[in-house]
Amino acid sequence: MASRMTALWDWIDSRMPTLGEEYRKHLSEYYAPKNFNFWYYFGSLALLVLVIQIVSGIFLTMNYKPDAALAFGSVEYIMRDVSGGWIIRYIHSTGASAFFIVVYLHMFRGLLYGSHRQPRELVWIFGMLIYLSLMAEAFFGYLLPWGQMSYWGAQVIVNLFNAIPFIGPDVSLWIRGDYVVSDATLNRFFAFHVIAIPLVLLALVVVHLLALHDVGSNNPDGIEIKKKKDANGRPLDGIPFHPYYTVKDIVGVVVFLAIFAFVVFFVPNGGGHFLESNNFLPANPLQTPPEIAPVWYFTPYYSILRAVPPMFDSQFPGVLAMGGAVLIFFFLPWLDRSPVKSIRYRGPLFKIALTVFVVSFFVLGYLGTVPTNAWGQFGPWLGNAQRCTVIARIFGALYFLFFFLMPWYTARDKTKPVPERVTMH
Amino acid sequence: MSDKEKIDKTRRNLLVATSVAGGAATVGAAVPFVASMWPSERAKAAGAPVDVDISRLRPGELRTYAWRRQPVWVFRRTPDMLQDIKKDDGVVSDPTSEVLHQPAYAKNEYRSRTPELAVIIGVCTHLGCTPIEKPASDKADMGAAWNGGFYCPCHGSMYDFAGRVYKGVPAPTNLWIPRYMHLSDNKIVIGKDEQGEA
Amino acid sequence: MKKLLIALLLAPIAGMLIAGPAFAAEEGYPLDHAPIDRSDLVSLQAGARTFVNYCLSCHSAHFMRYNRLEELRLTPQEIEDNLMLASDKIGSTMKVAMSPKDGKKWFAVAPPDLSVIARARGADWLYTYLRTFYRDPKSATGWNNAVFPHVGMPHVLWTLQGERALETKTVKQEGESKVEYQWTQLTPGALTEPQYDATVRDLVNYLVYMSEPAELVRRRIGVVVLFVLGILFVLTYLLKREYWKDVK
Repeated sequence: MASRMTALWDWIDSRMPTLGEEYRKHLSEYYAPKNFNFWYYFGSLALLVLVIQIVSGIFLTMNYKPDAALAFGSVEYIMRDVSGGWIIRYIHSTGASAFFIVVYLHMFRGLLYGSHRQPRELVWIFGMLIYLSLMAEAFFGYLLPWGQMSYWGAQVIVNLFNAIPFIGPDVSLWIRGDYVVSDATLNRFFAFHVIAIPLVLLALVVVHLLALHDVGSNNPDGIEIKKKKDANGRPLDGIPFHPYYTVKDIVGVVVFLAIFAFVVFFVPNGGGHFLESNNFLPANPLQTPPEIAPVWYFTPYYSILRAVPPMFDSQFPGVLAMGGAVLIFFFLPWLDRSPVKSIRYRGPLFKIALTVFVVSFFVLGYLGTVPTNAWGQFGPWLGNAQRCTVIARIFGALYFLFFFLMPWYTARDKTKPVPERVTMH
Repeated sequence: MSDKEKIDKTRRNLLVATSVAGGAATVGAAVPFVASMWPSERAKAAGAPVDVDISRLRPGELRTYAWRRQPVWVFRRTPDMLQDIKKDDGVVSDPTSEVLHQPAYAKNEYRSRTPELAVIIGVCTHLGCTPIEKPASDKADMGAAWNGGFYCPCHGSMYDFAGRVYKGVPAPTNLWIPRYMHLSDNKIVIGKDEQGEA
Repeated sequence: MKKLLIALLLAPIAGMLIAGPAFAAEEGYPLDHAPIDRSDLVSLQAGARTFVNYCLSCHSAHFMRYNRLEELRLTPQEIEDNLMLASDKIGSTMKVAMSPKDGKKWFAVAPPDLSVIARARGADWLYTYLRTFYRDPKSATGWNNAVFPHVGMPHVLWTLQGERALETKTVKQEGESKVEYQWTQLTPGALTEPQYDATVRDLVNYLVYMSEPAELVRRRIGVVVLFVLGILFVLTYLLKREYWKDVK
């Protein structure tokens, strides 16, 4: 039996040596630093969630109807009449939120250990393009259930394009395919969500990994393991990805699946954040819900949008600020002027700045879920301004300052000496 | 056993155990996905048994009803037709309905619960067209030896009034008899019998 | 490093505290907690009967199939005899006799489908809503509701609860204005207050069940899944530890 398997493999290998070569290059002879810690699980988990979403998405598409009159009903059909349909639906809705949690933690790892620094700038840029594609994918997908939040969320976001000077209203009309969000919009968002963006995502993930493997992975100490090699040309601090990290990542997968399963089977609504209550009302173009908020993963940027007041009779500055808050991440490799990569060896300025940034992200995120009058108003001494708006402006400013001031404080920071070899913790 | 052998054995056992457990879990995870492709409740409801009122069905009359999107003939045969069926014993390929295309109570010479009332799925067993009723008198079209039955226009298969297939035609087997039962003198239900629904 | 991690993990909480306490903007009638027990099949059966008798004349529930009620340990015969009003088949869905056009004509807005109303509004909202109708001569139907002001729906269950009147008073207490609600019973209903509350509780229980029938089985499967993952965790962790002995 074993010799038959070897013979079969030899037959394949002689005709397509690429299989074996790529396996060695990316798995059994890809030398990754041996000191990967907790923060290094989230890359493989992101890949796992992508697969989960694609598989559950395919099965949902078997029964979902992308027609304004039938969409809402087809989701309930899946939940009730299709055997196991409710499991598939909950997997897909939980997976959407899980994707963003994992991706945000994955990006945070980058900030912690300098994974965006030279020579990995391109890995970071491909990653940011994945992030943008993911946001588009989530936005298009959210219209599909055709609930009140789906409809009005899409209406509001597409209307943002109106703010673009001169061409705005035409752009919105072109995106919608109609004067308001309608069946035409639903059909095209379905096409984007089901095939167009998944193909883009897959392509971007492939180049993201190829770019990474070409330069080699970073590590929590931020030192380049390729600088110290043994007699065979292998990094002293490297271990083959397979079997060591395959076997370690599987543990991470099991833990992740346990948390994921807990949500799917016990709290699929996610406290009203993964499946919003208002979305169980069918879309009604004639009645706007009292509060429209985007899904939680967009709320930090939504806060920034709302915090910017109209200028020159236009909402465009707010739209620019919101877009800028996402796009500024692209510039991170060039804003970061520290001589060291990892937070372990940076000084107090960066640590404070990062803490402030994280706090701002959370506060802005929370504020995006509540209406702007949720905390009442300040007194006349501040012009009776809404408390939420003032706080959003403060933390929005702090958010941007993290990036704008970075060239200064990273250069000035008192760094610690970086070790020659990796440390294990 | 040397240390290395012990390690290898532990490693192998763990690998096998984890693979088996992981494989079982994966199969379990696949269950809802595979299950979702079976007919849904809506499809099953659409395929529910159909009640038919036969009080107005005259002798010799055939009416077609839809059950699971298929045409089902409900046919009150005359005594002459029942005689004609007997005459066809020699020309049909499966006169005693050995192939199980009917419930047990229809495995008889008339392929029905009562000789008079026939319940036959009107779908040719060749490639699925709906045959046409051709009475015994239609010898001009069907030939002198024709005793009445059904003729499939697509490829020429022929069946008698019990739905039995002729020898030498493209169709391989007799027409299907669905589950059915008499609820009363005037009512039958197609798609259900004492043993439950089809 | 550890200190930094702890600081970063506590940062969001600090953020919330810095940002100040959220004043829950509680406007409107305070909601009562709906004392429903999703595993009480008798309650669900009673609620199903109330729903079919009182609600289905105007509201549809067209994502709910009659034969699904067998989950509540009802036989098909019981469902057909007690819960199916027209000569529907048991596999059909709970449709309503009234057309949406008529509904719009008579009630200004077509009565919404109730299949998932409990997921949209919540059990507490429904429980309070169904118990806070009051007489209002100024409204089109003669009825109004404390939780849903100017609702187009009349008090369908009024024969059970009787007629009530509501007086709202705004009282200034310690610089903050509070709203006080004063209920008076005008005519008695067929049920006492605890009996009516129990009827509404059963109805809301049924509505919650109907909006997600899979909930009955969801948790049980979840326990099995978590158990299997627990076993897998032990095995994969041991496997990882075994391989990583090599790494110094």
